[in-house]
Amino acid sequence: MNDAVNINKNITVTIDGIQTIVPEGTTILEAAKKLGIKIPTLCHHSDLKPGATCRVCSVEVKGQRRLKTSCNTPVADGDEITTNSKAVREARKTIIELILADHPQDCLKCVRNGNCELQKLAYEYQIREVPFERTVKDLPIEDSNPSIVRDMNKCIKCGRCVEVCQEVQQVAAINTSFRSGEFKISTAFNESLADSPCVYCGQCITVCPVGAITEKDDTDRVWEALDNPDIHVVVQTAPAVRVAIGEEFDMQAGSIGTGKMVAALKRLGFDKVFDTNFTADLTILEEGNELLQRITEGGVLPMMTSCSPGWINYIEKFYPELLPHVSSCKSPQQMFGAVAKTYYAEKAGISPDKIFVVSIMPCTAKKYECTRPEMRSSGYQDVDVVLTTRELARMIKQAGLDMGALHDEEYDDPLGTSTGAAVIFGATGGVMEAALRTVYEVVTGQKLENVDLKMVRGLKGIKEAEVDLAGTKVKIAIASSLKNAKEILEKIKAGECDYHFIEIMACPGGCLSGGGQPFGTTNAIREKRLEGLYNIDSSLKLRKSHENPAVNKLYEEFLEKPLGHKSHELLHTHYVGRKY
Amino acid sequence: MSKVMPLISANCGKIRPDSVEEYINVGGFEGLKKALKMEPTQIIDEIKNAKLLGRGGAAYPVGSKWQQLYNIEESPKYIVCNADEGEPGTFKDKLLLEKDPLRIIEGMIIAGYVFNSQDGYIYIRGEYEAIQKGFQSAIDNAVENGYLGNNILGTDYCYNLHIMTGAGAYVCGENSALLNSIEGKAGRPRVKPPHLAEVGLFGMPTLVNNVESFANISTIISIGAEKYLSYGTPESGGTKLVCLSGQVVNPGVYEVPFGVTLRDIIYDSELGGGIKDGKNLKFFHLGGQSGPCGSLSQLDTTYCYKALRANGLNVGSGAVVVMDESVCVIDYLKYVTEFFIHESCGKCTPCREGNKQLYAILDKFTKGEATSGDYILLKRISDVMAKASFCGLGQAAATAFNTCLKNFRSEFDAHLRGKCPAGVCFTKQERGE
Repeated sequence: MNDAVNINKNITVTIDGIQTIVPEGTTILEAAKKLGIKIPTLCHHSDLKPGATCRVCSVEVKGQRRLKTSCNTPVADGDEITTNSKAVREARKTIIELILADHPQDCLKCVRNGNCELQKLAYEYQIREVPFERTVKDLPIEDSNPSIVRDMNKCIKCGRCVEVCQEVQQVAAINTSFRSGEFKISTAFNESLADSPCVYCGQCITVCPVGAITEKDDTDRVWEALDNPDIHVVVQTAPAVRVAIGEEFDMQAGSIGTGKMVAALKRLGFDKVFDTNFTADLTILEEGNELLQRITEGGVLPMMTSCSPGWINYIEKFYPELLPHVSSCKSPQQMFGAVAKTYYAEKAGISPDKIFVVSIMPCTAKKYECTRPEMRSSGYQDVDVVLTTRELARMIKQAGLDMGALHDEEYDDPLGTSTGAAVIFGATGGVMEAALRTVYEVVTGQKLENVDLKMVRGLKGIKEAEVDLAGTKVKIAIASSLKNAKEILEKIKAGECDYHFIEIMACPGGCLSGGGQPFGTTNAIREKRLEGLYNIDSSLKLRKSHENPAVNKLYEEFLEKPLGHKSHELLHTHYVGRKY
Repeated sequence: MSKVMPLISANCGKIRPDSVEEYINVGGFEGLKKALKMEPTQIIDEIKNAKLLGRGGAAYPVGSKWQQLYNIEESPKYIVCNADEGEPGTFKDKLLLEKDPLRIIEGMIIAGYVFNSQDGYIYIRGEYEAIQKGFQSAIDNAVENGYLGNNILGTDYCYNLHIMTGAGAYVCGENSALLNSIEGKAGRPRVKPPHLAEVGLFGMPTLVNNVESFANISTIISIGAEKYLSYGTPESGGTKLVCLSGQVVNPGVYEVPFGVTLRDIIYDSELGGGIKDGKNLKFFHLGGQSGPCGSLSQLDTTYCYKALRANGLNVGSGAVVVMDESVCVIDYLKYVTEFFIHESCGKCTPCREGNKQLYAILDKFTKGEATSGDYILLKRISDVMAKASFCGLGQAAATAFNTCLKNFRSEFDAHLRGKCPAGVCFTKQERGE
């Protein structure tokens, strides 16, 4: 607030007998962490405003009658804090037991088994029995949409999903409702997610500490296809998956798992392992040319990207009047499906009805996207099943593959060839950077020497820049998270926007922190995944989409030219306003 | 000497509640006229010297609260009157709202003047629908007569009052939940810090006081802190509206000076007049459902903040619910706990889950199914509720239980042996009748 915390002022506190000096405004939780004391938390998430609702992080502050929650209480000068007294331990244990009394306790059958914050806490506090009356209800499980499953029986009412939906995304599909034992997280009037403003971004899943919100598991459908000898199963992997999949196998966040992932996919039995990066390059050629066409022919500007299905759902639901601003390009996932069931089918001599396209995506909205009725350009559903990064990890674990021991393998031709411009699609600003690398060379006819366009990189929510294309100044903006998207859209509506091109990603930081990524995404982990993506880019020889030989061949053999007739048929789409 | 001291309730029933003229005839707006000639800091000092403690239940010093808000530079500042009187057994704000609304308005105008506020809000509970109409009429008449609106009493000061109402949630009596409710949000308490003096209504610095607290302001200014203080005890200035209910001969609202005893309140002929139907007193529940239950041995405690607190009791809202010997304390506690189960906002674990579990165990006691091990669970639940709940609701919800267990342990023990001394619990067969 306005009585802004003076960051220069230091405060002396004693925690568990150890004195320390911290800046004013530091919470007890943070101050303790600096001393190597990990106070347990449940409703707290490092990226979100503290809600202080679970009360697990309670500690004793000398002179205070009640316990204080360490997640939201700033330390005061001279505080003497005890984080591990008998009273504190007993209070925490009682709180955990109270939560468990209202929880199904069916860990063995839970998707979060082994990766659940409540389970971990119950273990740390050695809960052997729950002495309280079982109060868990038998609420219906909501799984009526293609992306997200909500089992409110498991909900511990921490409020993180509400915070992310209300504050980070400002979609406000869910909120708290009712009181006391009936208190729950729900949509307005308890309607289904499909009828709510929900855009399936899945950010609620990534912050859920337990198994109350998960992606809709489609692994069985993929196993079934893999088990069917009559079906040719191809798989595409999104850029952001490769820098996150390792986390599921105890690798460092951001470690590059491309080769091992490809190897694992081949072992799982996929007939061809392709790369969404291929169609990311293709997207740049289509979208870059669309942009140039809009600029030169007086089309609707600013043009906005269309790769992120959560974002598309958002603008269709919230700002349908601005849909003409959105590029008509399909997302790389959907371009892939259309190309796989036409060009690749022809080339491989396989009937498209025998081809089964699986996507591995960091995203839950992609599950919905592939079911859109307009995504059937091949005459069949272009992409059959979308799996999240987490689901792929589960399949790999089921198959007994030791990821760490697998040797790197290469993507298959022809839809496995890509450039550095494609891999950075996984980060906020990446599509923009990739587009600029190509547009610059197309417009100026000159070679872009320094391809590292650092002004568009980084996790900042809204980035703006101006690029000089041989005298033509192109104004660009990049937004990630729907709250930031909304800010830009409001500017466009108010006519306060002179950008030419805007990149928008639904999830904060872009696809690298999509709703389908491994649990535990925080800003620190976002940074690592981001670094991983740019490391891949800089390690590649080809870093501009128009240099992708396989894409060029696709045009020569099949599509003819960007924005050509066939492109329009297969690679472009249209949008409609949607009510909720 | 009379045990009743009508100071802030003096006009009740004597004037037409919304009549500015009649209010002025009994000395109304004298405090405001005096205040408008004073410096804001002088007014705050006067309230501090009067030792007025918040009458909503928490007994926070009103002068300090005003001082804290005054020290904040940001503006606009909002004045909010908490008239969400939801504490069971409490109906003293109702008396003032109904019978002397202009006194409350006057207190709110003085507060508005101190903080140079343009807008004040009074949040009247949804159940007081008829009262809202009367209160609006009083506001309208005050505007018409130049006490509200533009250029109050010819000064540059402009101030408007707005009535807001909820849908009937006890938790909205918690000040931050109340502000959320005014803002159109769900009435659940806010995370603190920031405190409401810093970030209150619509994100601005805000003063929230109870109806009775505001009603005291004009009296303090008009008679002066010294005189006001002389009505009470040295630490508890002035008088208190007490709400007597339960098995007492004369239930009702009474204004008493601090310093009378609980025995006076329950038995004095001017006050409670003793227990109904010639029965004996068993216990009295002070300050509402969230308050402590006292026993016969505490009857001679002086009714003031200091002495009550020293005896494990408190003033709270001013409710005094009297229960006779025919009542089973455990059965009574089940009613209390049921109330909190209904009213918990549900956001924090100890309150949401604790009340449920507390009830489940009390229920076992009344059915003869409890074991001595349940005492341990009861203690664990009530401890965690008191020490770790998010807001005052959960922190206080087990107070009645704690005090009853202390005062009536033998009655709990009897239930373990299948006996209900009051003859309320178990079936006749179980009672061996």
